[in-house]
Amino acid sequence: MARELMKGNEAVAEAAVRAGLHAYFGYPITPQTELLEYLSRRMPELGRAFVQAESELGAINMVYGAACTGVRVMTSSSSPGISLMMEGLSYIAGTEVPMVLVDVMRGGPGLGNIAPAQSDYNQIVHGGGHGDYHAIVLAPASVQESVDLTVLAFDLAEKYRSICAVLTDGSIGQMMEPCELPEMQPLRGVSTADWAVTGMMGQRERRYLSSIYLDPPQEEQANLRMMRRWQEVEANEVRFKEYYLDDAELVVVGFGSAGRVALSAVRAARAQGIKVGLLRPVTVAPFPKQVLAELTGRVRGFLVTEMNGGQMLDDVLAVVKDHAPVEFYGRPGGIMPFPDEILAEIERMAKGPIPTEGTARDRWLARMSKMN
Amino acid sequence: MADQELTQQVVYQRPEALRDINTHYCPGCTHGVAHRLIAEVIDEMGIRERMIGVASVGCSVFAYNYFDFDFVQAPHGRAPAMATGVKRSLPDRVVITYQGDGDMASIGMGEIVHAAARGENITVFFINNANYGMTGGQMAPTTLPGQKTSSSPSGRDVEQQGFPIRAAELLATLDGASYVVRRSLHDPKNIRMAKKAIRMALETQVRGLGFSMVELLSICPTNWGMTPLDSMKWLEEHMVPYYPIGDYKVHPSVAEIRI
Repeated sequence: MARELMKGNEAVAEAAVRAGLHAYFGYPITPQTELLEYLSRRMPELGRAFVQAESELGAINMVYGAACTGVRVMTSSSSPGISLMMEGLSYIAGTEVPMVLVDVMRGGPGLGNIAPAQSDYNQIVHGGGHGDYHAIVLAPASVQESVDLTVLAFDLAEKYRSICAVLTDGSIGQMMEPCELPEMQPLRGVSTADWAVTGMMGQRERRYLSSIYLDPPQEEQANLRMMRRWQEVEANEVRFKEYYLDDAELVVVGFGSAGRVALSAVRAARAQGIKVGLLRPVTVAPFPKQVLAELTGRVRGFLVTEMNGGQMLDDVLAVVKDHAPVEFYGRPGGIMPFPDEILAEIERMAKGPIPTEGTARDRWLARMSKMN
Repeated sequence: MADQELTQQVVYQRPEALRDINTHYCPGCTHGVAHRLIAEVIDEMGIRERMIGVASVGCSVFAYNYFDFDFVQAPHGRAPAMATGVKRSLPDRVVITYQGDGDMASIGMGEIVHAAARGENITVFFINNANYGMTGGQMAPTTLPGQKTSSSPSGRDVEQQGFPIRAAELLATLDGASYVVRRSLHDPKNIRMAKKAIRMALETQVRGLGFSMVELLSICPTNWGMTPLDSMKWLEEHMVPYYPIGDYKVHPSVAEIRI
């Protein structure tokens, strides 16, 4: 199939359409809005459902209703809008119905700004809504990967009756790159899933879907069922990209845009003869713990780089512990690091002993205060 | 014996759309009346097998246990949004929400107003009993001026707590709303009128004519601290004057419906 030059947000929208998106509900917010605009044209022309909701609260609950009928459904938003959706996301998780969520992250907290950031990591990866639940979270680093992971997101959401999030940011959403789109999948009719509420009582027993288990032992069973399902996800769905890891003495860990910038830095360092590699988690949930644990035994140290104040850092530290030194370099608040900034960190770590006193975040903050 | 069988005639029975199960509603509560009326209409229209209900949060949180058709359960106030998602995904199903006054007229005011404004082809049954029943009788947006509740112990002071919301009148201002009426459940005559309104609302949806809402004035003997009979009287004397029974919006296309 021919490659097309597409904006990230629009490519995600078209990929979802081709993956069989039946219904989309959203609300405008920068830097995600092109996704909604694109689907406001595309969905009606295909006779599919599109509603611009009155709020993100409205949008996520429309998604909840559609998800209960078993159709392929998606919403998209950006950081402040995702915060508003947390109520609905918890209910969707508690009801065990599949949906795809696209989060085009921007600077925060609060109203923040509309520049690219990665500061929704914790609210998407570690819950955000109330209760114990996990979402599968895919983190693309290019427009092509956004397309591929959006298609995968629908399959994973259905396979595990789970929320599957595509965690991208303002830079990937807004930039144009050539990409190859998937074939158009035919739209399915009424869901045949054995849990879907489809108003088909003539052909089966009554069904209902809810997240309420008033009897605590039943709620505990529901929680355990969901956690066992998450164990399956952790066992089967970990995805990551590795670059120059075979002989690496230093390993940079970064996801999405930060991982992509880090790759440029790693290549520049390699040109200088520094033995450094990159681990870029593609699934930030489930987190690629095993490969990280294997690397921990054989490398001099890690550099975690993110466009936030060190959120994935805690997940890396949970695996590496004090078995290897971990440094952190982040640019929070809507700033993308330049490759040179990460390169400088790599060079510093390559030249001398890697500091271990205090915490990685404290050492980073101390270096940042010298910069500013 | 054969003659006897021929002369027997069923004049009253549980509607098919209601399950044969005890409810958790308090004795004397009109939720039971509202449930029964809706179920009777669904039976009469023969639409039970393509119904999808959306339960809300409040006393009617377990409505999905009592109606005998497919159901989903919405977060507090979000039933009209959830119903929108269901209806847009399965446009030929009949989709209803069943919401109380705290749910619809307070926390869910955004969702109901916009569902009505969009002309969403769903039917909303709105139970107005002038307080939050499930949490123990706190002040609702529908609590009358001066009415004592557990969170307005000296009576609702409109200077401090504002005025009640007349939901039917409010929604009737929206061009997207096709059928918006208020009825009451306090005596047999009004109950019969309520049933006709429920029928009209569901006919509106089945014919694809847009948004329909029936507000049902209801009693809450437990939290009002009255007997059911006194509650009926209180509803008639205090609620009906503030919330007049009437048709607030009947689109010409709906007015043409002949049942």
